[in-house]
Amino acid sequence: MNLYVLLKMVPDTVEELNVAADGKSLDSEFLRFKLNDPDEHALEQALLLKEKHGGKVTVVTLDAPEVDDVLFTALAKGADRAVKLPVNQAELGTVAAARVLADFLKAEATPLPPDTLVLPGSYAIDDLEGELAPLLATALELPYVGVVCGIAPAEGKATVRKEFAGGLRGEFEVALPAVLGIQSADKPPRYVPVAKVRAAMKSARIETVDVPPPDRPRQLELERTYKPEAAGHAEMLEGSPEEVADRLVEILVKNSAI
Amino acid sequence: MANTILVLAEQLRGEVTDITFEMLGAGRKLAEASGSSLCAVLLGAEAAPLAAKLGAADKVLVADDAPWDLAPADAVAGALEAVMQQTQAGLVLLGCTNVAAGIGSMLAVKTGLPLVNFCRAAKAEGGGVVCTSQLFGGKIYSDVKLADGKGVVCIYPGAFPVDAGKRDQAPPIEKVDLPVAAPKVTFKQYLEPETGDVDITKQNVLVGVGRGIQTQDNVELAEELAQVLGGAVCASRPVIDQGWLPLSRQVGKSGMTVKPRVYFALGISGAPEHWEGMQNSQCIIAVNTDAKAPIFDGAHYGVVGDVLELLPALTEKVKAKKG
Ligand SMILES: Cc1cc2nc3c(=O)[nH]c(=O)nc-3n(C[C@H](O)[C@H](O)[C@H](O)COP(=O)(O)OP(=O)(O)OC[C@H]3O[C@@H](n4cnc5c(N)ncnc54)[C@H](O)[C@@H]3O)c2cc1C
Repeated sequence: MNLYVLLKMVPDTVEELNVAADGKSLDSEFLRFKLNDPDEHALEQALLLKEKHGGKVTVVTLDAPEVDDVLFTALAKGADRAVKLPVNQAELGTVAAARVLADFLKAEATPLPPDTLVLPGSYAIDDLEGELAPLLATALELPYVGVVCGIAPAEGKATVRKEFAGGLRGEFEVALPAVLGIQSADKPPRYVPVAKVRAAMKSARIETVDVPPPDRPRQLELERTYKPEAAGHAEMLEGSPEEVADRLVEILVKNSAI
Repeated sequence: MANTILVLAEQLRGEVTDITFEMLGAGRKLAEASGSSLCAVLLGAEAAPLAAKLGAADKVLVADDAPWDLAPADAVAGALEAVMQQTQAGLVLLGCTNVAAGIGSMLAVKTGLPLVNFCRAAKAEGGGVVCTSQLFGGKIYSDVKLADGKGVVCIYPGAFPVDAGKRDQAPPIEKVDLPVAAPKVTFKQYLEPETGDVDITKQNVLVGVGRGIQTQDNVELAEELAQVLGGAVCASRPVIDQGWLPLSRQVGKSGMTVKPRVYFALGISGAPEHWEGMQNSQCIIAVNTDAKAPIFDGAHYGVVGDVLELLPALTEKVKAKKG
């Protein structure tokens, strides 16, 4: 199979996020970046499909902080080709990012071979303008399913599972090539030892492919960005683990849980 | 502002879902503030009988040809585009839900309108609409203005009151014929939720673990607490995705909705998709190393600390209390 995985860096929300002086963007000084969670699953799903059905996995990113590490990690995990498009992701909304990535994919082959799956993560935590997968599908005129949590390809088509809610899922049949927004892979994302990533850094190469920059980086004008004011706050319990545990036992009794 | 505001009503397996009423409530307010009319669009074989429930709309447009059930996103976007033209609508509200995933983005491209995702508040202002979006797992909000009041707005579930979108009157219902192109995506069947060993929706006490539990072995510590309390362990999505607990234990947007007497959120940050599934618990106790974790904004009791240190101590104390 011909598998494209689109990877996006997002701010790590475990760190504190602060608003920059412009009152609109995030303060980049203390931002740490990580791979968007669903994208990690998209990569895993592609690697699983390759292992089962053969083929080639290409990972594609825009330019972003710490993105080379992510690309080398993908190569160490088993991706065949890593491509970086030299367009700064930070300036782009999803609509422009989709246009850039669609241009790259069109330049790869038009039309894309019938055994192609384009696999972005189902969503990203900063998708203010919409999700990448449906935008790409529209630009490439390919069928789309989002919130996908399982793929079984067959000749010219694939059976995919989509999540609804409450554990309910639906099974859909999709004609290939297609764009599938991946929510979770069939198996948890694999772990790769640091030594293997270092080896990939020495032996493998990140390809840079030039694409025309988007004419309009953002669709939406932000009025202001801010930290939400909490409507309430928990009553905080302090002390040693033993002291806290004593208080919690009282609370459990009060709520008829003991 | 646009003359007509459209709401894409959502239904799953013959039931109108809460997000529909949330959108109708939000749309009603915008319509009144701007002198627009509110029109709901309902697609699917069972749409006609369900339309009567959408009394908060001034009118309900119904397309009940069978192919609309779980139709692909591009087909629904195409149908909405056609309805927008017929009704001269400029503002469309959709659910930020798994069911509607992708429809908004596709409609925005088709119509050239801007899309605002993750919207949790919207107000009419000077002929336009100001939307508040929650980003970065609920840690940051951004206000976005649709200056002419035109756009596609995806409404975040749980952010608007459901009751505001319910009325005891039957709305005028109109059938519409919408073009359905030969779909490249076809619905085959529902896959029922896996029934696990325990039903987490029926527990008095739930010990919820998140990414902060760090390893599969540590889940055992939570299991021990759950056992002495006669409850069960459940988890946020990353823990389930790691395969440390079965899918039947997932709480949140794509998992279960739970309302135990006591819900422990251990090493769970409190992302909106998790909060959605446990917010109505009677007593929420959060333990997190990050004093600024959003979970503390909604929890009843909070502890800033390492869950791995607290768990064994708490299990011992509960055992001692129970004697
Ligand atoms: C369409 C969609 C559906 C989704 N469905 C769901 C769903 O059903 N359920 C769900 O849960 N999520 C769902 N999510 C994902 C959701 O957005 C969050 O990513 C997820 O809830 C985060 O899980 P978490 O809190 O465990 O992890 P994180 O956000 O990574 O938080 C981990 C927390 O642990 C704390 N921590 C770390 N170490 C310790 C320690 N030793 N002791 C105490 N605390 C510690 C950290 O400070 C942090 O706050 C969905 C997302 C989308 C877009």
